Amino acid sequence: MVKARVTVTLKNGVLDPQGKAIGAALASLDFEGVENVRQGKVFDLELATDDRQAAKDELNAMCEKLLANTVIEDYTVEIE
Amino acid sequence: MKSAVILLPGLNRDRDMIAALTKIAGEPPVTVWQSETEIPDVDLVVVPGGFSYGDYLRAGAIAARMPVLQAVREKAEKGVRVLGVCNGFQILIEAGLLPGALMRNASLRFVCREVRLRIENADTVFTQAYEAGQVLTCPVAHHDGNYIVDKAGLKRLQDDDRIVLRYADGTNPNGSLDDIAGIVNEAGNVLGMMPHPENRIEPAHGGRDGRALFASALDMVAA
Repeated sequence: MVKARVTVTLKNGVLDPQGKAIGAALASLDFEGVENVRQGKVFDLELATDDRQAAKDELNAMCEKLLANTVIEDYTVEIE
Repeated sequence: MKSAVILLPGLNRDRDMIAALTKIAGEPPVTVWQSETEIPDVDLVVVPGGFSYGDYLRAGAIAARMPVLQAVREKAEKGVRVLGVCNGFQILIEAGLLPGALMRNASLRFVCREVRLRIENADTVFTQAYEAGQVLTCPVAHHDGNYIVDKAGLKRLQDDDRIVLRYADGTNPNGSLDDIAGIVNEAGNVLGMMPHPENRIEPAHGGRDGRALFASALDMVAA
């Protein structure tokens, strides 16, 4: 089995009002010096294969087809 | 003209849409469930609003991968008119039938209120019963209506007059780029819009401003 983590984040330049609100909330909790917050999504997947390269290709395809909206989001795939 | 309404779990404006189409066309639309791979022979396909799949992952993302959306895509390619309202707009974007993306409202709040809408292009099949520049009142109710597209994409929309509806009089409820409320595809037969014209078709709604959109799409415009 291959375990993988996919991280999806907003592309640079895409405004992130949620990240901004989180940053403001951190400041209100007296965490000083937080200059910027960008939020995103994490997916942990388990694939029924031992072929790491095939898994990576499959995961990239999953990101392109569903997990990320590549108009506004970037993704990274890490395999354990 | 005959119409079809697409049904997916989690939509909640489907009955309003069916009521509007029935009242205006004089006959009810056919309904097509998400697992169907074919849509009957109709002139207009409508994807209504709501929260398909609970907005999981991204608004419209999962609905856009259901079999019926492939059937909608085939209809659109054949030139059949396709209208997506609210979640329907989000679904059409996720399905790749319209460019850009609809992000969380800039206020981060769900907005449910009336907005002013300017008809920017009255030469589309969806707006032919309006006058260019006409300003309507229409309700919106959404959490993810903040339209975004890259610079080149925005220029294409502007140059080709594909921004059909804009929020007017400072009523942009969601931070949408260039006050975009509704756009058409390149061929002009697919319209996506965030406001709900189906909830503005009779005096009890507070006005009938949305009626002409359906009259246009159904070619019920007096010559």
